[in-house]
Amino acid sequence: MTPEQRPNLFLRAYDSDAGYKFRRSPLTVLAGLILVLMIGAAMLAPWIAPFDPFDKASIDLFNALIPPAWQSGGDPAFLLGTDDQGRDLFSTILYGTRTSVFVGAISVALAVCAGVTFGLIAGYFGGLVDAVIMRIVDIQMTFPAIMVALLIDGVTRSFMTRDQHSEMAIVVIIIAMALSIWPQVARTVRASTMVEKSREYVLAAQVIGRGSGAILARHILPNVMGPVLVIATINLGVAILGEATLSFLGLGIPAGEPSLGTLIRIGNDFIFSGERWMLIYPGLTLALLVLSVNLLGDWLRDVLDPKLR
Amino acid sequence: MTLLSIQNLTVEYPGRKATFTAVRDVTLTLERGEILGLVGESGAGKSTIGTAIMGLLDRPGHVAGGRILLDGTDTTSIPDLLGARVSMIFQDPLTSLNPLYTVGQQLVETLRTHHRLTPPEARGKAVDLLDQVGIREPETRVDQYPHQFSGGMRQRVVIALALCSDPDLIIADEPTTALDVSVQAQILDLLCNLVKERGVGVILVTHDMGVIAQTADRVAVMYHGEVVEEGPTQQIIHAPRHAYTQSLLAAVPRGDRKLDRFPSLSYAPIGADVQTAPDLSLTSTWLRSKAPDVGTGASTKPLLSVKGLGIRFLTKNAILPRNRRYVDAVKGVTFDIARGEVLGLVGESGSGKSTVARMIAGIHPPDTGQILFDGQDIAARQGSHDRQALRRQIQMIFQDPFSSLNPRMRVRDIVAEPIHHNRLAGSGAETQKIVGDLLTIVGLGAAAGDRFPHEFSGGQRQRISIARALATRPRFLICDEPTSALDVSIQAQILNLLKDLRDALDLTVLFISHDLPVVRQMCDRVAVMQKGQICELSETERLFETPQNAYTQELIDLMPSLGPA
Amino acid sequence: MIRFLLERLLQAALLLLVVAFLAFVMFRFAGDPVAQMVSIDTTMEDRTALREALGLNDPLPTQFAQFVMRALHGDFGLSYQLGRPVAALLADRLPASIELSLIAFGLALLVGIPMGVYAGLKPESWLSRAFLIFSLAGISLPTFFIGIMLILIFGVELGAFPTFGRGDTVDLGWWTTGLLTPSGWHSIILPACTLGLFQMTFIMRLVRAEILEVMRSDYIKFARARGISKTRIHYGHALKNTLVPVMTIAGLQLGSIIAFGIVTESVFQWPGIGLLFIQAISTVDIPVMSAYLLLVALIFVSINLLVDLLYFLVDPRLRMSSK
Repeated sequence: MTPEQRPNLFLRAYDSDAGYKFRRSPLTVLAGLILVLMIGAAMLAPWIAPFDPFDKASIDLFNALIPPAWQSGGDPAFLLGTDDQGRDLFSTILYGTRTSVFVGAISVALAVCAGVTFGLIAGYFGGLVDAVIMRIVDIQMTFPAIMVALLIDGVTRSFMTRDQHSEMAIVVIIIAMALSIWPQVARTVRASTMVEKSREYVLAAQVIGRGSGAILARHILPNVMGPVLVIATINLGVAILGEATLSFLGLGIPAGEPSLGTLIRIGNDFIFSGERWMLIYPGLTLALLVLSVNLLGDWLRDVLDPKLR
Repeated sequence: MTLLSIQNLTVEYPGRKATFTAVRDVTLTLERGEILGLVGESGAGKSTIGTAIMGLLDRPGHVAGGRILLDGTDTTSIPDLLGARVSMIFQDPLTSLNPLYTVGQQLVETLRTHHRLTPPEARGKAVDLLDQVGIREPETRVDQYPHQFSGGMRQRVVIALALCSDPDLIIADEPTTALDVSVQAQILDLLCNLVKERGVGVILVTHDMGVIAQTADRVAVMYHGEVVEEGPTQQIIHAPRHAYTQSLLAAVPRGDRKLDRFPSLSYAPIGADVQTAPDLSLTSTWLRSKAPDVGTGASTKPLLSVKGLGIRFLTKNAILPRNRRYVDAVKGVTFDIARGEVLGLVGESGSGKSTVARMIAGIHPPDTGQILFDGQDIAARQGSHDRQALRRQIQMIFQDPFSSLNPRMRVRDIVAEPIHHNRLAGSGAETQKIVGDLLTIVGLGAAAGDRFPHEFSGGQRQRISIARALATRPRFLICDEPTSALDVSIQAQILNLLKDLRDALDLTVLFISHDLPVVRQMCDRVAVMQKGQICELSETERLFETPQNAYTQELIDLMPSLGPA
Repeated sequence: MIRFLLERLLQAALLLLVVAFLAFVMFRFAGDPVAQMVSIDTTMEDRTALREALGLNDPLPTQFAQFVMRALHGDFGLSYQLGRPVAALLADRLPASIELSLIAFGLALLVGIPMGVYAGLKPESWLSRAFLIFSLAGISLPTFFIGIMLILIFGVELGAFPTFGRGDTVDLGWWTTGLLTPSGWHSIILPACTLGLFQMTFIMRLVRAEILEVMRSDYIKFARARGISKTRIHYGHALKNTLVPVMTIAGLQLGSIIAFGIVTESVFQWPGIGLLFIQAISTVDIPVMSAYLLLVALIFVSINLLVDLLYFLVDPRLRMSSK
């Protein structure tokens, strides 16, 4: 046999089935591009945003409620116009996206850690441990994400002062979103673990004498990560929406700090008076962000779970 | 007039990179009342012909050339082809029936699709049909749901459904592969009788030469999408002309006498698995060097001794212990295996033979009984260091080559894992050397280590499994149906490899199988299991020639054979 | 069957008890109940007496038992904010929420299931692809944003529908309904569409996936091979076999209807329990919060029991095994 040429990672990824499906779907490619662009812009917000919405000195109330640059009365300095406090909308959207993506990513990461750990344990050991973990999961699933978040928010409010609560707001949201997502991850991981643990490669590891920890970490974990990746992607969308919803309801990120939800909340106050740009651009940003995440999630599901075409 | 005539049929599956030709230029004919066996190994294209006749090819597969005539008419222009003229019987009776409808509802639905019948008439006919396919008390059974039938009974229902429309042609795709041997014989008998009575033509698709020998009038042998040989069953089986047919038949294990080795007539003209010959000279190096913890070599005591082994499985959980239901999966199993011996353990599905293997391998702790290895109780030494040393000497080869290797690990790491775990090598370089040797011993070559399991075929994966099992330098090997998922020619290669390794390494083997001919070729003694207990245990030749137990007798009678040689 | 039901009932009761405990912990420890009930000039003695009278000095298990007993009688105390009995507040607001949820859910099922069936049976057609993209938009747009956009387009721009409130209602004594007046119907359309859209796309995607899965099964292939007509296969076999999983998820989805009901009610100022809950959170009105929690858990548990019962009607395997 001749030693075969291993092409580099990029070429292999490009040529793989996943890469093929990616290339064949213009919508997915577009979603990927938009996502990279949006997340990139959001991460680089402090450097590329024309104004710093946290810097009170740069805000001038005289600039309040300027429409987008191309409308009559618009100012080229403020591309998408300004809000009621005179903040540049384009900059606040950049910073807002940053908050939204940050909250979404951290809460999903936490949920995945907890869900994978408990799902593996429940699925592999079964019995009483499984029963207890799954009962908790069932109860948690009874309460949808937003309600869990609202409750936690309500409870923390009751023993914190308003300022403390504002400071803690992001943490509360992250915990709430993670709490509401982890049961789904745990369920999926448990189901996959139960399938994998009866597979013969796991039995073979048992016969070799490997301990439970090694079997879980080396054998089962890598084989259950596929569906976890799909769920994590889809729930990144859910978490971003959840944060936005809570902030919109005025219960999440305090109104002074931009997140896409608070921006829409502010915009909503001007719905009857005609300054619609304050509502529409943050809204479109949020929709585009989540839509791209979901499109990528669909593609991932296609690739990793060929059963669901 | 010829019932079915397939002329120069070619079926293609266009893929992303290349078009796969599943069936190439096949010409076949079939008369009424005739059973044509279509035989070949996996991927030969035999099932594709069946689905092409029905016009049910999965997309993007399509007929790329040739035509199929039924009574002289092209099948694509027959409007009521499906069901009315041609019926089909699938492999798995567990999934071919809709679980949410009663058997009667499904029969009535089909009957009324094809005949002008009132509901009561259709029901009467459904009961008749159930009676004809040998279901007792058809009056009550007709109102039951599929899950209330056993596998064999369901396959009878499936046959009844296929007969609903009085078809001219039935395509039976591996109709008995999912069934136990005893049920298989009954279903085949039923099929033969119905065909002769009704003058239906049948295409019987199967990989099993034994089934063909029992049932078919004529046989077409397929290889890589082409029919390589066609003729009357007796001629094909006893005087095959084509080299592929010869190699295929030679590889079928014989139930009637024991041979030293499986004849290895390999036939591989088109890109089949080509592998390096197993190099057993390497076994003299590392595998032979016994670790210091290995006990006395030549003792007269049995190496493994199982006493009163039993295990219960929970079938129904409940909060109150008295409401829980258990089933005795294994009960009072006792046997010894002498050093260097191969003991066969046979039985039908659910007889508990695999459970015994798993208890010995340490996967399930037994509820009762003892497992003594070299005189020491394995189960009693839970968790101790000694236990690991004992366990190291017992290794196992599993049934399903597609699930027995971790898909996310490289072959090198899979084989190295037991070596690392038991600290059998001094350095990483030494481990790599051993892994390379092991892969060479099983006939894959050291370069195979760089790849992932999915890059290998079923037979090659089973070789990797064997390499992994050898990596702890075991003295005792459990083979749990090691070849039942493989094609017969591959099976012969793997079984020969196991025989050679046993001789070269003085292994003691517990060989589990449902396939009696294979057991006869492989084992010194055989234990027959039924419903969790051993009903007969004796020398292989004696068991096959003069079985004492009625159940053993029945199994041996049902053993598929190719007829007198 | 009876055994199975009893088991389910027991589980339901257990769940309710856990939720009750959460509600109790919140009620008892989040904020001081006494501090909320007294004015600044209440003396220390009076406060101590009140403590004693409220049973706040009893051992915790006793307090929990009393809390549960009171809850069983529908007594959740007074709202801190509104000074009215919480039970009466909830009873006032419940009809509005139930009407909104049912109409939204009905809408979702009536539109979502046919769309899903179509997309599952004809996965290659352009209409199915359009459905799929539409559904992706449906799950990507946040409920509140959909609501706001509907208000903007149909309420503000076109002036076709009212943008807040329930319209005129009719008091039937035990139920105030908005469904008997034209303005009531007018008012419910936008909120119901808002709330139903997400559910609809969700159900559509679910039904589509299930149908695709069932259509690949052996028994469908066998039915085709027997010559059963397409219509029978699609609507007799595939649809019926899809129902079981769809029912489960649809039942679970009711939880999210309640949750997104909160958002919708808040956007449209719909006078239901969701709006009450949101107001309670922002004013830290603990009795209302804990009562709401219990009510939601009760609704949820009842629906799940109902779904379990439906299983028996559809799946013979369950009917048999538990006889």
